[in-house]
Amino acid sequence: MTETVLGLYNYWVVIFLMMMGFYIVISRGNLIKKVIGLNIFQSSVFLFYITVGKVSGGTAPIVEEGFEVYSNPLPSVLILTAIVVGVATTSVALSLVVRIREAYETIEEDEIQAQDEAR
Amino acid sequence: MSEAIQAQLPVLQVVIPLLAAPLCIILRRRSLVLPFATGVCWLTFLVSVFLLGDVLEAGVISYELGGWAAPWGIEYRVDALAAFVLLFVSGIAALVLTWAPRSLNDEIPASRHYLFCTLYLLCVTGLLGIAITGDLFNVFVFLEVSALSSYALIALGGRRQALPAAFQYLVMGTIGATFILIGIGLMYQMTGTLNMADMAGRLPAVEGVRTALVAFGFLTVGIALKMALFPLHVWLPNAYAYAPSVVSAFIAATATKVSVYILLRFMFSVFGLEFSFEQLGLGRALMPLALAGIFVASTVAIFQRNVKRMLAYSSVAQIGYMVLGISFATATGLTGGIVHLFNHALIKGGLFMAMGCVMLQLHSVDLDDMAGVGRAMPWTMAAWALGGLGLIGVPATAGFISKWYLIQAALERNSLIVAVLLLLSSLLALVYVWRVIETAFFHEPSARAREAREAPLSMLVPTWVLLGATVLFGIYTRYSAGVAEQAAEAVLRGLP
Repeated sequence: MTETVLGLYNYWVVIFLMMMGFYIVISRGNLIKKVIGLNIFQSSVFLFYITVGKVSGGTAPIVEEGFEVYSNPLPSVLILTAIVVGVATTSVALSLVVRIREAYETIEEDEIQAQDEAR
Repeated sequence: MSEAIQAQLPVLQVVIPLLAAPLCIILRRRSLVLPFATGVCWLTFLVSVFLLGDVLEAGVISYELGGWAAPWGIEYRVDALAAFVLLFVSGIAALVLTWAPRSLNDEIPASRHYLFCTLYLLCVTGLLGIAITGDLFNVFVFLEVSALSSYALIALGGRRQALPAAFQYLVMGTIGATFILIGIGLMYQMTGTLNMADMAGRLPAVEGVRTALVAFGFLTVGIALKMALFPLHVWLPNAYAYAPSVVSAFIAATATKVSVYILLRFMFSVFGLEFSFEQLGLGRALMPLALAGIFVASTVAIFQRNVKRMLAYSSVAQIGYMVLGISFATATGLTGGIVHLFNHALIKGGLFMAMGCVMLQLHSVDLDDMAGVGRAMPWTMAAWALGGLGLIGVPATAGFISKWYLIQAALERNSLIVAVLLLLSSLLALVYVWRVIETAFFHEPSARAREAREAPLSMLVPTWVLLGATVLFGIYTRYSAGVAEQAAEAVLRGLP
């Protein structure tokens, strides 16, 4: 029991963040909050990849005398790319929000819909 | 062509548009940028023609990026299916951009044309990259390259509704891509490799483990979101309806098709037929969704006033046909699905191009404004009608070939009901296509239609080339269904 709770606590954090981010994206009508939710959701995946790369008892993957077990550096490298993608997504999303605010004078989803239907 | 260049073709396929994209920003001048980008697209198309020739002649091409050997380095892998997808994506990209200048002038401010070209080329790069790569993580990266540029492209649309549409697409697209990323991560955790062929070899040992099953689930949902499989299609209609005409034509013809390709790759090449379809019953899950998508989306399409929106709903239905073919998981079914990828890309690309011609002259694509437009623009609307016949699946059009294979596949599996449903669904397509034809040709001209003139030749010719090709491929199927058959067999055989 303690093994599943404490031994895998990284994964619990990942699941908690993932569900929280996902819930914010679905439930909130404010576009900025949606972007934040999306960010939390993506971050949980970054954490997941880094967790996957950890080898228990392993050290940082730098060849040095006296160390034999190293953590897997590949997931960290992959996630560096994914972080860049995340940043790009956020910037595109935010610039869209700015343009939406200019066009509709609101960033609430239901108000935007109401304006579109009124016309 | 020299040996040296021929050996580098797989990487050139992606690198040419990738490097050309930032060059567009440097060139900047409108009179230079558009011809440059168009030339690049045609060059990319030429590369894909040579690649397909090589693959059909010599079998699978494997290219080691940067000289790093396969399971460690990134491998580009071109088989019949990949080459087929590369060919039509690059071909349509080139044709749409050749068609585009007049429409661009009308819909996007001239000061932004260089940015449009940059985004367009990046989108092409992403789509081609997905098709060519043999590395799982690379798929995700290219997926995001194409997706991010298409969000921005859609937001270029003239009406403000384009902005929320692009935002909604961004949110759903990012969720889909992140799901795919989670799936890839879980698979990496189980096998320790990212190379598709390598993973296909290692997966059978761990397929019973729950992690692999969860990975499969995440991937299926993520890809379904990306390809707009009913009921995950809600982002698509607005995005296609409010994007600039040129963007609608290109994205509608290629983006969702490439996502269907990802589904084929993951489910057949990586997980393998036996695991996906026999153990987990993916076919049983996909078939009802595909059929529901065909009927619901076709029915909704009938009630649309905006013709671009109608075509978008029709796209959701057509994705249903492709997925239906895949869900049979037989050679005939897959051939039907894959050939429909190609045929529908031609048909929908051509139809959206014809709508772009209408948009140029009428500044509207509402049915009310399009009343009687067939008299003012006979060539445009005749092309539209030709494409519409293809959507319905009338014999001697490309759409017929797809449906022929699909119905055959259904009969092979003794599911008479599916075959009958397929025929019935064509009637729904008949209704929404006929509504437009009737309005355009037999109604009294609207105020806008009275003042309209025929679209310029520079737009009519590419539209007719694409829609003429649907008739050509409805009669000569050597290079559509023939290649699709080879691709289907290669997919069923799986990776070595």
